[in-house]
Amino acid sequence: MDVALNWYLALSAVLFTIGTLGVLFRRNAIVVLMSVELMLNAVNLTLVAFSQSMGDPSGQMLVFFSIAVAAAEAAVGLAIVIAIFRSKVTVDITEINLFKH
Amino acid sequence: MSSAPLLRLVLLLPLVGAIVNGVAPLFVEDLRTREGLLGTIGTAVVAVPFVIACYLFVTFGGEPVVANYFQWMAAGDLELAFAYRIDELSLIMTLVVTGVGGIIHFYSIGYMHGDPGYWRFFAYLNLFIFAMLNLVLANNLPVLFLGWEGVGLCSYLLIGFWYTDLSNSTAANKAFIVNRVGDFAFLVAMFLIFRELGGLSFDVILAQGPALPEATLNWIIFLLFVGATGKSAQIPLFVWLPDAMAGPTPVSALIHAATMVTSGLYLLARLSALVLGAPVVMALIAIVGGATALMAATIAIAQNDIKRVLAYSTVSQLGYMFMAAGVGAFFVSVFHLVTHAFFKACLFLGSGSVIHGMEEVEHDLEERGHDTSDFDPQDMRTMGGLGAYMPSTRTTYLLATLAISGIPLTAGFFSKDEILFKAFEYGYSGGETYAMIVWIVGVITAILTAFYMMRSYMLTFEGTPRWPLADQAEPHESPSSMTGPLWALGILSMVGGFIGLPAVIQDGKWNWIHHYLGAKYGGPVAEASVQGHVPLALEWGLILLSSVIAVGTVYYAWRVYTAQGLAYDAVLKRRFRGLYQTWADTYYWDDFYDQVVVDTLINGISRKGLAAFDDKIVDGAVNGVADAAQNASGLLRRVQTGIVQNYALALALGAALVVGLMLAGI
Repeated sequence: MDVALNWYLALSAVLFTIGTLGVLFRRNAIVVLMSVELMLNAVNLTLVAFSQSMGDPSGQMLVFFSIAVAAAEAAVGLAIVIAIFRSKVTVDITEINLFKH
Repeated sequence: MSSAPLLRLVLLLPLVGAIVNGVAPLFVEDLRTREGLLGTIGTAVVAVPFVIACYLFVTFGGEPVVANYFQWMAAGDLELAFAYRIDELSLIMTLVVTGVGGIIHFYSIGYMHGDPGYWRFFAYLNLFIFAMLNLVLANNLPVLFLGWEGVGLCSYLLIGFWYTDLSNSTAANKAFIVNRVGDFAFLVAMFLIFRELGGLSFDVILAQGPALPEATLNWIIFLLFVGATGKSAQIPLFVWLPDAMAGPTPVSALIHAATMVTSGLYLLARLSALVLGAPVVMALIAIVGGATALMAATIAIAQNDIKRVLAYSTVSQLGYMFMAAGVGAFFVSVFHLVTHAFFKACLFLGSGSVIHGMEEVEHDLEERGHDTSDFDPQDMRTMGGLGAYMPSTRTTYLLATLAISGIPLTAGFFSKDEILFKAFEYGYSGGETYAMIVWIVGVITAILTAFYMMRSYMLTFEGTPRWPLADQAEPHESPSSMTGPLWALGILSMVGGFIGLPAVIQDGKWNWIHHYLGAKYGGPVAEASVQGHVPLALEWGLILLSSVIAVGTVYYAWRVYTAQGLAYDAVLKRRFRGLYQTWADTYYWDDFYDQVVVDTLINGISRKGLAAFDDKIVDGAVNGVADAAQNASGLLRRVQTGIVQNYALALALGAALVVGLMLAGI
């Protein structure tokens, strides 16, 4: 079953947009992190799709890198969220504004 | 041996002395009282350069030697080097500075005995010699200026040497600030020279300077002359010099009589080729010199402080030198500078010896329980009859007095007569009216000079003692380390004039200093050319006139002060009334400066008027810029919400904008 490249790209665009909107407008830090993950995976999807359609495996190699970095990012991000939760007892990022003017 | 390394030694030895005397005792307290060591080092580092200078003088070949040691700075078209110049003029000045300087250093060993600042004194004095040698040996104006400022600094340090007395440090400030006015003009002149000629080395200035347009030369020389009025104490900037006598007496002799105050003259003589191209300013120089000479001489008559008499006498004699410069006879200025260094240094050192004696009297009086709060060891009214106690001081002081009065065959006679003759010649043959006026002023000043110097001698050394308990408190002659220098300078005051025998003898062939310095004999000092010739009989007549004036006035002063002593001052006062009071109050120059500069300019216009300008405009502009920045940032900082999502939104919108622009193909 062959699916045209454009479908993959369209799905990726939808995922990326959902992720972006989640990062920009959700208030729960955990959800924001999940949205970031969504954006990353949208990009991964694009890479794999192009790799498949062009017959070049280097795109898939890049995705492995991306997944490894995403794992590290998630670990650091969650650790920060836990640290903030311990001191402020909230994960609402509109409450976290120590850098305010 | 070539002269460049020797010259380096001449320059550096005094600096080494200053550092050794000034730094070592700072850390090693025991050294401060080792007077013999400090004094010997201090004197040796001036005496050795004198010997070297003598060697350079004897072996000098006739062509200027330029010793270029190292580059100072280079910026754009400007290249400055620490370059020094050996020629006839700088050799004579070096000999005077190190020779008279050495004698005065030697004298100071005894004079400063027991002073807690002994080491400081010799350090400053050595530093002064170093700066003065920089001034006279420099081959470009900035190095000369370095020396110029250096001697100013040492003068300041030494006037305020006994700084615990407020009046001394005030006098030091006054000297420094008044000199600053002249220095400013000097700087502007230097800028102007650089703009016009593109170089500041004397090679460039002397080669190309005389070709400048007259208007430019007028400005340059005028500004240099203003600079010279500061350092060389001429109207209107002379007011600091009489106050400068607050310093120790050897300082007055070395800095404020023999060397530093003549640096303005040296500058004019060095640039004499340019000065001759500015006849208007030359007239101004001569008139200012004449006016200063006359004014200071009249003031000197009415002074009672022995050092103040000598101070005003110095101002007056410097006026003579400027008169000579103003009639284009620069070598005569230098001639008078040399002889003046001899007899004025002798007079000042003599007065120092007198002050020593009078301080002894004060000490005696204190021991006997006498109230000495009013006793002033420098006041001639409490002296009298010191000749009997201090024979050497008296004789040398008399020799120098005769020399400055212009008694025939003494040093002062030849140099002063040459100045008067040159002024007369310039007026008579050159047809310059101002020179004639200057000559008349010079003759009157010569009469006054002979009178006030004889008065100071008579009041100090002759008659009967006027201090309290004169039969019990006795001064003693100073030690031979002090009288020795006095004799050396006294003898030089007698014979120093033979280096410049007048034109009547062998038609000027025996005028050594003229042949040595004069540009027409290959020397560095130019002079005005006079077309006509003063008849020989008239020349002899002028010499006779000078002699009669000098001898007559000295005799007159001797007679009246022998007969009446101090009482004759009262006669003078009665005879001249208001005029005498004006003299005694020094023509109210200080009041003039107080009211015009201090009250009106500083306290009035500056403090009141310009303070508002400073507050509103200058500070306003600065504070305005700061306020504007603060207000703008007050608005801008609201962007910083501290919420990460706002930043992320801006980032996303920015990225969208960039992508949009790229897609639109802009």
